[in-house]
Amino acid sequence: MLRQASRLLAGGPILATRARSFSTDTTFTEAWTKVIPNIDPPKTPLSFIHPRPPTPSSIPSKLTVNFVLPYASELATKEVDMVIVPATTGQMGVLPGHVATIAELKPGVLSVHEGNEVTKYFVSSGFVFIHANSFADIIAVEAVPLDQLDANHVQKGLADFTSKLSSATTDLEKAEAQIGIDVHSALNSALTG
Amino acid sequence: MASNAAVPFWRAAGMTYITYSNICANLVRNCLKEPYKTEALSRERVHFSISKWTDGKPEKPTIRSDSPAE
Repeated sequence: MLRQASRLLAGGPILATRARSFSTDTTFTEAWTKVIPNIDPPKTPLSFIHPRPPTPSSIPSKLTVNFVLPYASELATKEVDMVIVPATTGQMGVLPGHVATIAELKPGVLSVHEGNEVTKYFVSSGFVFIHANSFADIIAVEAVPLDQLDANHVQKGLADFTSKLSSATTDLEKAEAQIGIDVHSALNSALTG
Repeated sequence: MASNAAVPFWRAAGMTYITYSNICANLVRNCLKEPYKTEALSRERVHFSISKWTDGKPEKPTIRSDSPAE
């Protein structure tokens, strides 16, 4: 009985990895190997996906951050101490062991704290998904380091949109002007703050 | 269940989230310093050619290059 138990335990994890590496459709793989025994069955996208690391029982010491943009991956599974994200509900600090959260981002400053260094980015909008196992996925449409911003353009934009808001007639124009004001004032406080 | 608690102002004005997000991204790109600004604007430029099909054959295509501004 004890021998069987140890065999089952040994067989458990191995079975899990096998189910992931082959296609989960066994009738397909059997039919394939019958017709084309020499070539491996094709892999499905599911087999390339790494399963999410399980939630550890004790809070990990570091937060793992994935920060992606449509055209580049800024941070890929980087271990940091804390990130502060500009959520619509305010600046939100994310530490390891944070409760699982989905937050929409507003235009603002994202800061990544690793030891003594802080890297800041201005994010235009996006989302942050914090998972229970201290992984945070931040997706943004546009994120620039603060030193790439030009203060003159920001001031000019703020003035432009403030005047557009007062001269706007339709709801849509008012909304666009309001968005312009929000983004430019966030840029302004990012540059001055 | 409350119907539509506190919608954001842009959705109340009839704008979708994608439109809002793209407007924000364009505004940020326009505030960049010079070499980064041209890089960002050229990265987001889109070219496409459109052709209408009639009787199973494409007509002469028109090439459109949408500037990133909407």
